[in-house]
Amino acid sequence: MKRFSCDEVVELVTAYLEGDLDETTRCLFAEHLSGCEGCARYLGQIRATADALGALGASGPGAGGEPSRPPSDGLPRSARERLLGAFREHRRS
Amino acid sequence: MESFADGGLPPDDVVVAALRAGDEAMFATLLDTWSRGMLWLARSHVSTNDSAQEVVQDTWLAVIRGIDAFEGRSSVKTWVYRILVNTARKRGVRENRVVPWSSAFEHEGPTVEPARFQGADDPFPGFWKDVPAAWPTPEGEVLAAEVRGLITKALAELPSRQRVVITLRDVEGCTSEEVCEILEISPANQRVLLHRARAAVRGRLEEYFETAGRSA
Repeated sequence: MKRFSCDEVVELVTAYLEGDLDETTRCLFAEHLSGCEGCARYLGQIRATADALGALGASGPGAGGEPSRPPSDGLPRSARERLLGAFREHRRS
Repeated sequence: MESFADGGLPPDDVVVAALRAGDEAMFATLLDTWSRGMLWLARSHVSTNDSAQEVVQDTWLAVIRGIDAFEGRSSVKTWVYRILVNTARKRGVRENRVVPWSSAFEHEGPTVEPARFQGADDPFPGFWKDVPAAWPTPEGEVLAAEVRGLITKALAELPSRQRVVITLRDVEGCTSEEVCEILEISPANQRVLLHRARAAVRGRLEEYFETAGRSA
């Protein structure tokens, strides 16, 4: 039976985490992982990366003003008020 | 993964009924729950934060006008995000910031530097030359302000399609099904974009931790 090398395993981590591997591939993947510190670590780091991204969303960007970063707390208060006003207005009409 | 951001929202039929009945508190809840993620997504199509804000506002105005006609063929969230994506794309075109949404080149090549693996003449071709170094305790360290800044920068540098997918999935907590529907892409395409994006961000973190480790 085919065995995966590390350079193949690293390309399957997302499919594995998504539960998209077929049974045979999943078994081969798991088997490789159980004997390979490097790939186990790689998988853990991909998970940690996804978790860190989730934390970014949960807590909102902190102070600092990178140009590519949208405002941290959603819409500015004024825009929020305007939209609530538009909602009220529309429902009344 | 459960979408934390939507944890507090009632089922769609309740949301829709409330909006149609003019329940302002419900509208405010949606605004406060989704606007930040919408800004993230809009920002990947347009050139400034102000533009992104306008896209999000226009989207909410379209939601206000459209809720009576909403047919429930998708979830409310997907519907709102679809309006957002369309609004942002139009605006991006106006700003000459056209996103190469259909480009295929992003899909090619390995996501980990081939030099990290042993070559054909080595004892174990395709296996790690040196295994990746362990990272400092993930929880505390990964959330440090410096690391967050690094991740934000890494996101900004991703090809646009990868950035949108990883933002929706990992930052926003959407399911893969939601992302496919919002962006009208296939599950396989979604997975490839997510994979490449995560690998790229992980690579930036690895570089950072290695440098930090050396200077410590």
